[in-house]
Amino acid sequence: MGILSYFRSKKQTSASVAKERLQVLVAYERNQRTQPEYLPQMQQEILAVIARYVDVSVDDVQINLDEDCSILELNVTLPEHRGQD
Amino acid sequence: MAEIIVVTSGKGGVGKTTSSAAIGTGLALRGHKTVLVDFDVGLRNLDLIMGCERRVVFDLVNVINEEATLNQALIRDKRTEGLYILPASQTRDKDALTQDGVERVLKELSETFDYIVCDSPAGIERGAHLALYFADTAIVVTNPEVSSVRDSDRILGVLQSKSRKAEDGGQVREHLLLTRYNPSRVQAGEMLSVEDVREILAIPLLGVIPESEAVLKASNQGQPVVLDDASDAGQAYLDAIGRFLGEEREHRFLEVQRKGLFSRVFGRKG
Repeated sequence: MGILSYFRSKKQTSASVAKERLQVLVAYERNQRTQPEYLPQMQQEILAVIARYVDVSVDDVQINLDEDCSILELNVTLPEHRGQD
Repeated sequence: MAEIIVVTSGKGGVGKTTSSAAIGTGLALRGHKTVLVDFDVGLRNLDLIMGCERRVVFDLVNVINEEATLNQALIRDKRTEGLYILPASQTRDKDALTQDGVERVLKELSETFDYIVCDSPAGIERGAHLALYFADTAIVVTNPEVSSVRDSDRILGVLQSKSRKAEDGGQVREHLLLTRYNPSRVQAGEMLSVEDVREILAIPLLGVIPESEAVLKASNQGQPVVLDDASDAGQAYLDAIGRFLGEEREHRFLEVQRKGLFSRVFGRKG
């Protein structure tokens, strides 16, 4: 039994791959839905400002608003070599 | 006052019209006066599934435009007592539907019917939005497949923000109807299980309809599948209708039905 389950666990079924992909996607899309409508535009504009100084892409910026919109959290991943010069 | 039920999904081809026909017929079989309204203007098919395609004279858009009365447009089902069909228009596009017009028709229908079952078109555009806008209850038809589950979640978002109930601070009652379920593929790890889909969508489960040959056979003949009460799909729909009406019914057809010779000889696996 132990050997059997060892072999079984090595191979992930396609259904469990589907479930994992969906969980990530649905969580992301629900989050998008609950965001205020101006957020994508604001993200673009903030990114444009940052891009004037450092080389960043859209994926490097994460903007989160908490539920009642009182805290704006901005995470920018700066490139390793450049940035502070 | 009638209860307005929308049968919706976002994605096309998952079984909305089959389910609308089955649920509407099932409710009428249980003694509730029911009308099936096809919202798929330009691509109507409910009439074909219900076998009344040759009896269509006037349609929903005619009633909205006051070119016909509701009584002229309603088609009485010949097999099931208390069941009526309001077909969609085949020639006009979806912009022919107006919110005021739809509201007026639904209001008039709710004076004489117990249930109004709205068969939504696919997508999240105008037709789909109007089909769900006035709903009290939504039956979200989903296949155990990634794109269908994603689109169902999307339509749940629309129900929770853009329906009239939501705009008034209320909530549309949501039900999950999982269709085209194949237990043997689930067992083999090739298909999302009912538990997987429930976990992702997080809404109450109304029923699971097995993938069944009876569905095509029924649509070939223009007969809702619940009338084939010997079939697995027909029984699964009847169970779902029982649950909808508040009955406790165990979910069936979730396990592999027929045992092969191998498993019969060697007993149950796992």
